Parts: sequence; structure tokens; C-alpha cells
Amino acid sequence: MSKTTVLDLRELRRRQPRFTGMDPGHRACQGCGQSLAAHIVTEAAGPDVIVANATGCLEVFSTPWPQTAWRVPWIHSLFENAAALAAGIETALKQQGRPTKMLAFAGDGGTFDIGFQTLSGMIERGHNVLYVCFDNEAYMNTGVQRSSSTPHAAATTTSPAGRMRPGKRHLKKDLLAIIAAHHLPYAATATVAYPGDIKAKVRRAMAIEGPTFLMIHAPCPLGWVHAPELTIKVARAGVETGLTPIVELERGKLVSVLPIREKRPVTDYLRLQGRFRHLLGDDPVAVQEREHLQALADHNIETYGLLAREGDVRDSVTAALVRRGGAIR
Amino acid sequence: MRAAFEGSQAIARAVARCRPQVVAAYPITPQTHIVEGIAKLVADGEADCEVVSVESEFAAASVVLGAAVAGSRAYTATASQGVLLMAEVLYNIAGMRVPLVLTCANRAVSAPINIWNDHQDAMAVRDAGWIQLFCTDNQEAVDTTIQAFRITQETELPVMVCVDGFILTHLFEPVDLPSQEQIDMFLPPYRFSRTLDPRRPLTLGTLVGPEHYTEVRAQLHGDLEAAAEAILKADADWADLVGRRAGGLIKSDGPHTARIGVLTLGSVYGTLQEAARELVPDTPLRLMALRCFRPFPAEALRAAVDGLTDLVVLERAIGPGMGGILATEVRAALAGLRDAPRVHGAVAGLGGRDIPLDILPRLLALADAAEPVRCSVIDLQKMPPARLGADR
Repeated sequence: MSKTTVLDLRELRRRQPRFTGMDPGHRACQGCGQSLAAHIVTEAAGPDVIVANATGCLEVFSTPWPQTAWRVPWIHSLFENAAALAAGIETALKQQGRPTKMLAFAGDGGTFDIGFQTLSGMIERGHNVLYVCFDNEAYMNTGVQRSSSTPHAAATTTSPAGRMRPGKRHLKKDLLAIIAAHHLPYAATATVAYPGDIKAKVRRAMAIEGPTFLMIHAPCPLGWVHAPELTIKVARAGVETGLTPIVELERGKLVSVLPIREKRPVTDYLRLQGRFRHLLGDDPVAVQEREHLQALADHNIETYGLLAREGDVRDSVTAALVRRGGAIR
Repeated sequence: MRAAFEGSQAIARAVARCRPQVVAAYPITPQTHIVEGIAKLVADGEADCEVVSVESEFAAASVVLGAAVAGSRAYTATASQGVLLMAEVLYNIAGMRVPLVLTCANRAVSAPINIWNDHQDAMAVRDAGWIQLFCTDNQEAVDTTIQAFRITQETELPVMVCVDGFILTHLFEPVDLPSQEQIDMFLPPYRFSRTLDPRRPLTLGTLVGPEHYTEVRAQLHGDLEAAAEAILKADADWADLVGRRAGGLIKSDGPHTARIGVLTLGSVYGTLQEAARELVPDTPLRLMALRCFRPFPAEALRAAVDGLTDLVVLERAIGPGMGGILATEVRAALAGLRDAPRVHGAVAGLGGRDIPLDILPRLLALADAAEPVRCSVIDLQKMPPARLGADR
């Protein structure tokens, strides 16, 4: 008779084969939100994908030749052409009758700014591509310069805080609204604070034939100036203050949001990060900018209907099953 | 099938018969008729191919790059500003060693904006790592396009087929359009050694640090030089199949006894041939068309100028601050050659300025100069009245 081995749950989980698209051992910084997000996205997307990756941290830390962290076919061409490159690969796959799904990865620089044109073109032409923007709100790969995704009043190396200027003078571009104006089948935001939500959204997008867009809020400890172990805490504070609305859109219309359990003041988010340190004092400019950011958070909460209602699921991994229907009109 | 075609339509039909799977392009004069022609052939069911009408030349180059690495034969065409907007991708394509064919309907570069022919666009990307082949007429444009698909596949280096904008692209002339059967015999189905496939995941386009970068770039240089062999072989095989060559590396016409030669790029070669017959029938003259500009065929050039005392290089581009680009390269290629001819540089035909037959005596006059002429910009407006009529 064979001997029966009893395994505990942890061991069973360990032995369960699980697809990993991106291996550990790469050269990302400790606490890197982008590497975490990319790992979750590729795991959820599964092995039958091809990735077109824009120039940026993710490309640099994952592929220092002759090493690679990728277990899926992966190509990097340039900073601003990930969407066009993905469109070309997708066109070839379609022409050849291959069912492989195309993913495009880029940071906020490659998405909001330099690669915006190719992204818009790719969505407009209806390519079957899931475009994922890892939004860490500045050009981190070149050393923390402001992007059009950098929040208002955040300090970067090109929008430094000083006696005359309280960080970035301009607002964070409302990219999601611009993407939504393409009336694409599906667009969503997510955050590394809710991995289950990322996975659910990736799976939804994977099932859709056509262009889909997912923007993942991904803290950068180096650029945001917080301890590496605070990445998730910072990301979660972004959600709970209303500064990082987590929503889903179908054909440009809001269909669901991740509800905020208990609304927190924006200072709870700001004080965790060195990039906002200059906003915490009592001088009139700092006070004014804090009020400004609070107004932006309140605006998000109002616009998307983010406050939890009676019966809403609490924000946990299961909050991935977010309230359907979105804001009340 | 020999018939009269507009150059662009002949090229479009030749491309379609090479069975590309993905074509992406952005309209720009004088290239536009080519992709319009391909789109119509696809619309009429005469070609099975995905045509992607992108939002810029930058995207066009990126789309065909993606298609090629996904295992599809891909093609694009552009000119002038389009080449410059593509420039970043063109370097990337060559550096990644991706097989592609691009038709460059050669046109001047802005400013001042000008939609007519010269070669400044192709010259601007001469160091991108692409094979660059120049065509003297539309038959060569058709034959070179077909050969380009085979060359790019064999060498995994991209090929730019340079065709003079308007002068060739918009010219109606009789062209023998090779049959589908002939092209299928010549051109095997597309295959790329590093096709992206989830069953065999590969990482392409990695970061390469100082410890390896030099070797990678040196390899590109070496392989581009070695591509001359594939270019010659494609032309020879093509000649076996259809009975005509498309120019090899350098095309030469004239007696061995000639002491003066004129070297040029593109369609002006035909003008010079006619001028030699009409204007200076008794002067022994060697006319040469450099078909293969990249890789630069230094050895073939050295052989081609054997016996010459003077070589005039006529080109339709200028390197501001230096002079003729081709002339500079020719001088470099001939440096150290025993009994090398004196090299005289001439620039003409910029921004579509007509080059009439009368240019030939002016070029030959350069060879009479006491010292080699570094760069003479020939102002054809101030030329004396033509012997054969000013309307030529």
C-alpha cells in the first residue's frame, strides 16, 4: 500500500502549478509598484500573450542583456511606439489567424505624453490590444522628472519645490476621460493596493475583442520618496482619499467604482510621501495647495460617486467585485 | 506582362505579387500613389493583405516592425519628412535586424518645404543600418522591389528601395511586370528566425550595456558589408529567371578607353546616357549608376573607375558644411588607390529642379579644372541655351 502524505494548505498552494509571466530576480528597486503590477498583469493574462513594452524602468530592469525576466514573448522597440508596435503585431496575428492576445506596456511618460499619439491611433483603429499604463506619475527612469501625470504641487526634479514654486504648477492630465472619448469597449483604472481587482480587470479585458485600456496606479518609492515597505499603504491611501479613483468604463460610460469605505483627508496621503513634504507646513501657499488637492479629491469622489453606500462590499481583495452601475445620475 | 504603368502602380503591383501580409503607411507626396495602389488591389481582392492606415509615418514604421517580428512579410513606403519622422524607428529596425522593405519616393526635405525630387531624405538615414538601393528607371524599381523582399529575408537587414519622386513614381512608361509564378519561384515564403510566439518565448530589444554594445554595432556594420553578396546573388538569380539585371552594385556604361567618368544615383543616369549620345557622341565617356549606396561597394567602385583620370560625381543632395555626400564617400573609398582618378563633386537637381541634357558638358568641363573641384552646385537656370532646345 502506498503511504498517504498529508500536506498542509500552504504546501498544497506551493505545489500548485501557477503561471508566472515575469520572473523575480530582476533589477527593480525595493518596493517598486510597477514591477508588482507587471507581475500581476502577466500572471492574470496567462501564457498566450505577446508583450510590446515601451522604453522605461520596466524595460530596463527586466532585460539587461543577456538576462531577461520574461517568460512570455516580449519586445521593446522605442519609448513612444508601444501602441503602434502592438498594433502591428496584432495585425500580423490576425492575418495569420493566431489567437494570441496582444499586450502593450508603458509608463505614464510613454502613455500620457510621448506615446499618446500612437495610443490614440491604436484605439481609434480598433486593434485587439490590452494597453496597460503603469502610472507612477513622473519620468522615473530618467530620474524623477515631471510628466503630465504628475499630480498638482508634487515635487519632481523638473518641478522642484522652492521659495517661489510649490512643486508642479499644472494639474494631472485627465487621461482616462480622453481615453473614454474614444468610446473603446473597456477602460479601467486599478492600483497595486488591490491585486485581485487588477487580475479581475485584466481578465475582463482579455475576454474583449478590441482595444482595452488599464491604468494601474503604481507608487515609486524612489520618486515619491517613501520607504519601500510603504508602497501598498501609499497606494491604498490614494484610493481612500479620493485622489486615485478606481473605476471601470464601457464604451466611455462609467459602469463601476471601487467604493471608499471611510473617506480620509488628502493629508493622510500627502504626509506619507516626500514629494509632498513642502505642502505640510503652515505657510499660506502650503495651506492653499492642500485645500486645492482636497478639492480635487472631493471632485473625483463627486464625479465618480466613490463613497461607499449601505451594503457595499468593503475594500478588501473581494472589493474587486465592485459595485456595478456607477454614479447615480 | 509588358504594359505601360505609372511607376507607382507598377511598384504597387510588384509589391502585391510579393504577397506581403501587412502593409502600413501614411500618405505623403510623392509616395501616396503606391499605397493607394496597394489598398485598391487589396480592396479588389487581388492581394490578401492587411492594410493599416496609421496616424503618422512614425506609427507606420512601428506597425510594420511589429508585423515583421510577429512573422508576417511587411512593407511600407514614404518620402521626405516621412523618412525623417520614421528615422528613430528606422535605426531601431536595423539594430534589431528585422526584415522589411520600404520604398522611398525620394523627395527634398524642408525647409523650405518642397514636394519635388532630390535625395536628401535617403541621405539623412544613410547610417541607420538599412540596405539602400537606388533605381534608374521603373523597370529597375519593379525588379529591385521584388529582389528587396528576398534580400531582406536572407540577410535579416531592412531594405530601402529608392525611387525618384515624380520623375519615376509619376512617370508612365512600359514596364515588364513579372508574373505571380515568376515571383513565387524567386521569393520563398516569409520566415523570420526570431518570430514572437508564446510556444517559444523570446525577448527582443533588450537593454545592452557598454560591455556588449560595441560588438553588436560592429556586427551590424560587418553584416551590412557582407550583404553585398546577397544583393548580387539576388540580381543574378533574377536575371536567370527573367533575363535582365537590375544593376547589381554599380551599373556602368561606356568604353574601356574612357578617361572621364560620371557617377550618379537614380534616374538622372538615363538623362546622362541620352546626353552622351546626343551632345558628345565622339567623347569616350564612362557613365556609372551606383545602385547600392548601402552597403557602400568600395571594392566594386574601385574596379569600376579603373583607367579613369577624372571622375565627376553628380548628386541630388548636399551635406551643408561639407558639400556632396556621395562625392565625399567616393573620395574616401578611392583614397589610397593607385592611379585613382581625380574626383570632382557636382550637386544639381535639388528640390525638383530639372536636370536637362545640357548638364553633361558642364560636368565634363569640371574635369578640365586645374585642381579637383570639391563641390560645384550647378545652377541650371544660368545655363546657356540648350543645343537641342530649351524645352528639353
